[in-house]
Amino acid sequence: MLLMLILSLSVLAAASVLLILSRDTLRLVVGLAMLGGAANLMVFLAGRPGSTLPPIIAAGAETLSPAAANPLPQALVLTAIVIGFALLCFALVLIANLARHDVRQDGDALRASEPDATDPIKPPVMEP
Amino acid sequence: MLLLLPVLIPLAAALLAALLPARGRQALGVAAALAQTLAAGFLLSAMPAGGRLFLVLGNWPLPYGIELAADTLSAALILISALLGLAVMLYSMGRDDPESTAATPLMLGLLASVAAVFLAADLFNLYVWFELMLITTLGLLVGGGDPRVAPRRNEAAFKYLALNLLGTLLVLVAVALIYAVSGQLNFTALQVTGQWPQVAAGLRPYLGLLLLALLLKAGALPLFAWLPASYPVLPPPVLALIGGLLTKVAAYVLLRLAGQVFAVPDLWLEALGWLALLTMLAGVLGAAYHWDVRRILALHIVSQVGYLLLGIALASPAAAAGTAFFAVHNILVKANLFLIAGLMFASTGHYDLRRIGGLYATRPLLAVLFLVSAFSLVGVPPSTGFWGKFMLLREAFEQERYVWGGGALAVGLLTLYSMSKIWLEGFWKTHPEPNASAGVIPVPAYAAVLLLTGLILVMGLYPEPFIHLTQVATSGFWNQGGGT
Repeated sequence: MLLMLILSLSVLAAASVLLILSRDTLRLVVGLAMLGGAANLMVFLAGRPGSTLPPIIAAGAETLSPAAANPLPQALVLTAIVIGFALLCFALVLIANLARHDVRQDGDALRASEPDATDPIKPPVMEP
Repeated sequence: MLLLLPVLIPLAAALLAALLPARGRQALGVAAALAQTLAAGFLLSAMPAGGRLFLVLGNWPLPYGIELAADTLSAALILISALLGLAVMLYSMGRDDPESTAATPLMLGLLASVAAVFLAADLFNLYVWFELMLITTLGLLVGGGDPRVAPRRNEAAFKYLALNLLGTLLVLVAVALIYAVSGQLNFTALQVTGQWPQVAAGLRPYLGLLLLALLLKAGALPLFAWLPASYPVLPPPVLALIGGLLTKVAAYVLLRLAGQVFAVPDLWLEALGWLALLTMLAGVLGAAYHWDVRRILALHIVSQVGYLLLGIALASPAAAAGTAFFAVHNILVKANLFLIAGLMFASTGHYDLRRIGGLYATRPLLAVLFLVSAFSLVGVPPSTGFWGKFMLLREAFEQERYVWGGGALAVGLLTLYSMSKIWLEGFWKTHPEPNASAGVIPVPAYAAVLLLTGLILVMGLYPEPFIHLTQVATSGFWNQGGGT
């Protein structure tokens, strides 16, 4: 179980780096989403995973059993998943809008906010 | 409860404003910003000297409960950001385009998240508020969907998203790893646990990752490319709010973590000092190339972040006081300059210095207001910038960091070059089109600029109480026995 988590974390992280380095806008966003997934797995792995015993203090006992699962990383990872999902949705709509103006989806072709220089010395004028 | 008010007021107002029709939104925005300012003022006045107020949420004992804490530094920074919010909301009052009214709820959300970052005393909570800051900023970047500027705005948002999302993900990974090593997320608990030798060594690489992600968010060299790519497309009030606050918030978190929570190795501080110097130079040289007022000012943000990083690298209470003073100065002055750039645009119809001119003849009051802020940014005595730089440079020279100090002085000269360029081209020379008609400047916009200029003048001419306040606020920094 632990080994599988670690392996999938490594594969996710490696694939996300490959995708993030791409100039294609969709690949970049998918890469960021996968990196988010890897980060979530990392949070999950941070708090001694493996136990499936629910963290509930048994009747009559004063403290939690030491074998119980750690609930904190699970609470953290839920928060991170929700936030990551919201940002992913936003990013997808954003690149869909970008593709409406330029179907190439090429990161290098995005020059509307930073126009290419036309003069060798002075910067271009961006109309307001 | 007092601690929560500066967050809850703008957050509630943001939700309410989203439901209101356009006209009511701006009035609500001003009211909420005013209420936040008052709440922050109460918080600062209720602060015991050198102490801190804290609140543990969720009815769990520390270190498991989510702690919100404020010391004098965070309370002062909340007050300044609330004041900036008030000025920006006032400025938007005069604009009735759909863009400004759509921006009000998001700007309130941004103010709430910034205040919450200043209050966070827990790494994960910090991450969550950083995400809220990111989401609101992205919304503001995309804007109201005006089809003429939509491609430019979307692009800017995409470039901002790509690098900043990477930054927050790195924060999340670093937070997870720090938790894995130390078993703690709370600042005070980490301060204690981090001193155990076996934890300190294991913590170091992940602490490095966290600081790197924060440097990206602060806009340090070579990770500042997102800043000049995205900021210049924003309308003036939003630009003033975002450009005034965001990088400074990241620098504050760096100061808090490096100066109070974790023990940072000396070698890293040495590297940070050189990085600060290069950041200052890169920003100011980039600004020297540009002719668009917004681009010049946006690149100066990078340059000013260098000064803040220099103050962190010097690693002493005096340098931390200088950093705090400089951050307050820079939030006010930089935001004011962005608002003035908006007024220059309203008067002449362009941001590019090659297309405008003659403002000194048509708008003498605006010229005076610009001069006050420009002199403050350069650091001409007696201005806020002078005192901030003086505190930082004195500490640099006392620690025999002559190259760092000398570099910062040279950057001041180059800042003067950019500001004189705006002055000569925008205000002094005659307008390139002789028949250009001057636009109308709404009264609330002037009121906003006057409010900020007044604050800058008071802080520059009578700096004693402010310097004392920052010294009290940072007296507890850099004494965690670290730096070895």
